[in-house]
Amino acid sequence: MAKKLAIIASKGTLDGAYPPFLLASTAAALGFEVKIFFTFYGLQLLRKELNLKVSPLGNPAMPMPVPVPTIIQILPGMEWFATWMMKRKIKQKGVASIEDLRDICVESGVELVACQMTVDLFDFSHDDFIDGLTYGGAATFLEFSSTADTTLYI
Amino acid sequence: MSTFDVELDTSGLNCPLPILKARKALADMSAGQRLHLIVTDLGATQDIPAFSKMTGNPLLETSEQDGKLHFILEKGAA
Repeated sequence: MAKKLAIIASKGTLDGAYPPFLLASTAAALGFEVKIFFTFYGLQLLRKELNLKVSPLGNPAMPMPVPVPTIIQILPGMEWFATWMMKRKIKQKGVASIEDLRDICVESGVELVACQMTVDLFDFSHDDFIDGLTYGGAATFLEFSSTADTTLYI
Repeated sequence: MSTFDVELDTSGLNCPLPILKARKALADMSAGQRLHLIVTDLGATQDIPAFSKMTGNPLLETSEQDGKLHFILEKGAA
């Protein structure tokens, strides 16, 4: 019987998008059955048009080319710049884009479950998201994770 | 380096792309055929054996040449 991986994806930033999609696509390649449950800000990872960003603000561990004081990080354009810099690095280093990893997940049969409660909470509509999603709640996730070999909260 | 049937060069690509591409290449091969996988991602020294073990495609050979890692994987029966 196939091993199972259950993931809760709760982050909606560019850097936060990597662990769930990267582990899910790799697990699928290793023969796992995989479900990712997207909740709260993680729902942003399911939008038709991804517009993920990374911010140095409140993230003192983010490597910067030159030290940027916190007071400067709040200036308009800093988030845009940090995101642009990160995306350029991703390309330079041969790291897959989130769009590609998400496509691979879908192609390899990873089940993407959107938390219906958060969809309601944020007034999102199913039309905002890519096709082929399952909409469910806590019990949907727990039923799967109860028999999973690996369960991750990200 | 022993003989192989298919060569896949993932130079410049980072984790997990070499694994994902190897998986795709092996899916198109028949049991017993050999894949020569070239990787520059250094994590592959651990990742390719793990991939081999979990997918039942035996890793026959590992070597390093010109700063690149070379693996020979045999497509398993399953």
